[in-house]
Parts: sequence; C-alpha cells; structure tokens
Amino acid sequence: MSIRLDHVTYTYSPGTAYEMHALKDVSLELPDGHFIGIIGHTGSGKSTLIQHLNGLMRPTSGHVYFNDEDIWGEKYDRRNLRFHVGLVFQYPEYQLFETDVITDVCFGPKNQGLSEEDRMKRAEEALRQVGVDESLFRKSPFELSGGQKRRVAIAGVLAMNPDVLVLDEPTAGLDPMGRDEILGTVAGLQKQRGITVVLVSHSMEDVAEYVDQLIVMNHGEKAFDAPPREVFSHYKELEKMGLAAPQMTYIMHALKERGLDVDVHATTIEEAEESILHALGRK
Amino acid sequence: MSIIKADNLNYDYLEYGEDGEKPEITHAVRDVNLKIKEGQFIAILGHNGSGKSTLAKHMNALLVPTGGTMWVDQMDTHEDDEVWDIRQRAGMVFQNPDNQIVSSVVEEDVGFGPENLGVPTDEIWKRVDDSLRKTGMIAYRHHSPNKLSGGQKQRVAIAGVMAMKPKCIIMDEPTAMLDPNGRHEVIQAVRDLNKSEGVTVILITHYMEEVIYADNVFVMDEGRLVMQGTPREIFSHVDELHELRLDVPHVTQLAHALRLKGLDIPEGILSIDEFVDAIMKIRDGGAVSDERKQALGENPEERENKADRENPSLT
Repeated sequence: MSIRLDHVTYTYSPGTAYEMHALKDVSLELPDGHFIGIIGHTGSGKSTLIQHLNGLMRPTSGHVYFNDEDIWGEKYDRRNLRFHVGLVFQYPEYQLFETDVITDVCFGPKNQGLSEEDRMKRAEEALRQVGVDESLFRKSPFELSGGQKRRVAIAGVLAMNPDVLVLDEPTAGLDPMGRDEILGTVAGLQKQRGITVVLVSHSMEDVAEYVDQLIVMNHGEKAFDAPPREVFSHYKELEKMGLAAPQMTYIMHALKERGLDVDVHATTIEEAEESILHALGRK
Repeated sequence: MSIIKADNLNYDYLEYGEDGEKPEITHAVRDVNLKIKEGQFIAILGHNGSGKSTLAKHMNALLVPTGGTMWVDQMDTHEDDEVWDIRQRAGMVFQNPDNQIVSSVVEEDVGFGPENLGVPTDEIWKRVDDSLRKTGMIAYRHHSPNKLSGGQKQRVAIAGVMAMKPKCIIMDEPTAMLDPNGRHEVIQAVRDLNKSEGVTVILITHYMEEVIYADNVFVMDEGRLVMQGTPREIFSHVDELHELRLDVPHVTQLAHALRLKGLDIPEGILSIDEFVDAIMKIRDGGAVSDERKQALGENPEERENKADRENPSLT
C-alpha cells in the first residue's frame, strides 16, 4: 500500500499577486509498514504535503500514486482512498462532536457503510488499542482530559482500519509523559497492525527515537530523505533551515572535538550512553 | 519584597452531573504557600491537570481563592476594588496566539491595554513604541497580526502586556503551539525583558529546556506544590520527576543514566558544556590532559569563549 509522489508541485493562487509555491517538485516514496517522520519549520510545506497523501489537495502539477494507481486518474475512487489513508490533524480533539466517546469513534466506520455491530467492534478495538478505558466509552468527549480526548480522536481514525496513518503533530500541548504515551502507542500500532505511520513533528528527539525514515522539508522542497542518523549528521545544514539536531548529536560532536572517540551518529540517549561508556573503556 | 504571595491558597470548584445529581467537588489547588520576589524568573512545571493554570489565573485575579489568600503586589485579590490595579500590575499571556489578538493592526493591538487603563494618547503611543522595540517587533508595527508567525504573534501579545507597565508577566504555556524557532524567539524576548526591565516572569511550560534559565522552579502535582528549588536542584531528582509525569533535559537524563552505570558525574547537569567537562574529567582522571591544553592553546579565541561558559567548579 505504498504512496508515491512524482514531481508534485502545489501553487496557491496561481496567476495572482498572492501566488505562492507551497510544494516545489517533490518526489518521494512512503513504503509499506514503515515509520516515517516529516520535519520542517512552520511554512515549509509539511501540512500541504500530507494533505496530498489522501487527496485532500490536488497537485498543480505532478502525480500522486497509491498502490501504483494515480489518485487523480479519471475513475479513481478518492472517497475510498480516505478510508485507506487516515489523517489525524493538529489538535484533533477539537473535532470531537458526538454525545459520547464510542459514538464519536463509530462515525468513520458508519460512513464506510458498516453494520451497527461491526462499527461497535471496530470502535471498541480502536479505543482499547489507544489505551482508552471502557469506563469512558459512554462519557461525553468533553468530560475527558486533553490527553484522553486526543486518544479518542486518534481512535476515530484508526477505527476505519487505515493502511496508512498520518499524524500532524500529535503531541503538541501534552505534558512530557503524555507525549511519550501517545508516541509509544503509535509505535505499538505500527508494529501490531503493520501499518505505515507518517509523523509530522517539531521534536528532533522524538523522530530520532521512533522513525526509520526522515523527510526534511524546506521552503516547499524536499531537503533530505534518509534514516535519521544520516539526516542529523547534516546538522549544520539543518540549522540553516531553522531546524536543529537532537541534543545528543551536539553532545557527541562536542566530545569528539575534545578527543573522545565516540560515535557522532548516536541520536538517542541509549545510543549515546553506550558509545560514551565504550569510549571510556567502561564496557 | 514579594510581588506574588500565596497563603494557604485553595481553589475548589463544583462539577454538576446530569439531572440534579449531587455536585462533585474538585480541589484544583490545595494549600499552596509560595513567595515570588520582584525581578525573579520563575518556572512552574506540572503534568496536564496538575493545577498550574488554575494557580496562574489567581496571580492576576482571573480566579479568586475559595480558601486562603493571594497577594499581588501587596493587594488581596479578594478585594473587588483592587482588581483593575492587580491586572495592570500582573499581565497574562496565554497559549494560543490567535485567541488574544484584538485588532487588525499590530500597533493598535499593543495600544489596547493602556487605552483601557485611560492612559493619555501621547503616552499610549510612547508605550506602544517602547514595548514593540523591546520585543523586537517594531518593524511590524503597521502589519496585520494575522500575517505573522506564531512566535511573532506571541511577541506582540507580550508587547501588549508590557504596554500596561506591569511588574509581572504570567505566561501560561506561551510556546506550546510554536515551532522550535518561535519558541526560541519568545523565550529570548522574555529573558531580555526580565534582565533589562526587571519584570518578574512566571513561565508555565512543558518544555524542560526553557526551565534551565529560571531562578526558581515550582513543581505542581494534584493541586499541591510538591517541589521547589533552582533548576539544578529540581533536575537532580530525575526519578521523582518521572513519577510526576515530567521529564528532565536530555543532557541531564544522559548524565543520570551514566551515573547509574557507575560514572562519577554530578547530578543536575544542565548544559552540554558542563556535561562534556565532566566526561573529560573522568577520562583524564581529574587532570587536564596535554591534548586539551594543546587544543585550547591553538585557538585562543575559543579558549576565551569556553572559559566564559565553563563552570569554574568543574575545571
């Protein structure tokens, strides 16, 4: 169920004084079952990019393929595509609207035309997988805490059984433990369900820890597309784009400069710990 | 002298269920005692729902205690007559930049506060000028706030508070919705104001990196004040903070992990420089290596910079 973008350009208000290229000739592939991160400063084209993944936006030029089919082809069923590629927007808890949690989660499956019984099964499974306790199923979504609401909103997309789950900054505004919980849950889902996860994030530490492929957007163009270790080795270029590497990258480079033989590619705390102990001969 | 002082502050509210069920009492803030001195930079930490925002709203009388007293610049927030004075002394900046813009032009937005205070027009313009300059937003004075980035919008909000000449700014997660650049801009702007203008800053945040600049840190849990101290003291308690659903800066976490593996690293390391020095000390068995002397000697400019940053107790 891979998604492929082929020379995609998107221009806002073409031919007017406000013309702006939000995406410029972007080609990329999101392979099946991978955990993919997208980073870039505000206005770099991240959100425009993810809205192309399920056909919410139509490229000004270029093509988007899902499973090798052009999603803007003449007979392509884009409504169905949106059940396969689930998009969780920023602050998705603002989009909860039903009278209770479980009905809200059933909304997607209902639109898919599932029977009442199947909907409930899907909703219960999705809520369990994101860690929402059964005691909350019949509560109003507005009685829940911020972190719980966000889980319910993610469950609402999961209940459609998507092959690709796209999350736009799912941890914004959560406390540190809430951030770890949400990302841990998403990583677990990716493994259990074998789905592709696309994570838009501002946190270099988070992408370093979770993703296998990292796409960096800059002024509407794809600047890097590689495993995080490789991307972060270009930390000086990232800084020029208004980004940074994880704190670990800076620590490892500083140690190396002072003559300690550490792995400058270590990006997580565990990797850094290992490498420092090794370099000090404590392992 | 304390600009903010809470004496046994409690705040309870009632939650009404459906169909005349008995209301449930929620204790959002319990028995909080704290003093904040004028000119300090204070950070408040706590997980979602720990009561930090409720406490902050007491600091400019948006909420009044249901038990105990909150003093703002020696005024009791229970006194209805003093509410306007209190809100002039203590200004608030909220999380969502889009929710606090009131005008379609930046300079008018900043002038809104002093205008409501009845400040004469000439003086308003002077203050608008002054606060936009101090937050680095003067070049945008004629712009529409809608076209600004998140970090710029928050700086306009801060300028709007500054134009009321407050003694104290309370910021409730001002960087939660911003990207790393925006976060940096906003934190830099308030640190400058704190240093150059002596404004007391109270920063509520979930980003541990923003806390390391604070003079004092308060940690909240279930409505109570459970820890207070300097950033170094607070971040020395890595495990306790994790139990409170909080975190420490990554460099502090790495130092802690290595310490558990038997390395002789002090707790509460806050910066990369401190960390690197501690590791070098271990490698060199306490002495400064020849290699390092050479490295420093070769580049005198760098040595100066480094000496500046280094903690003297570690070298």
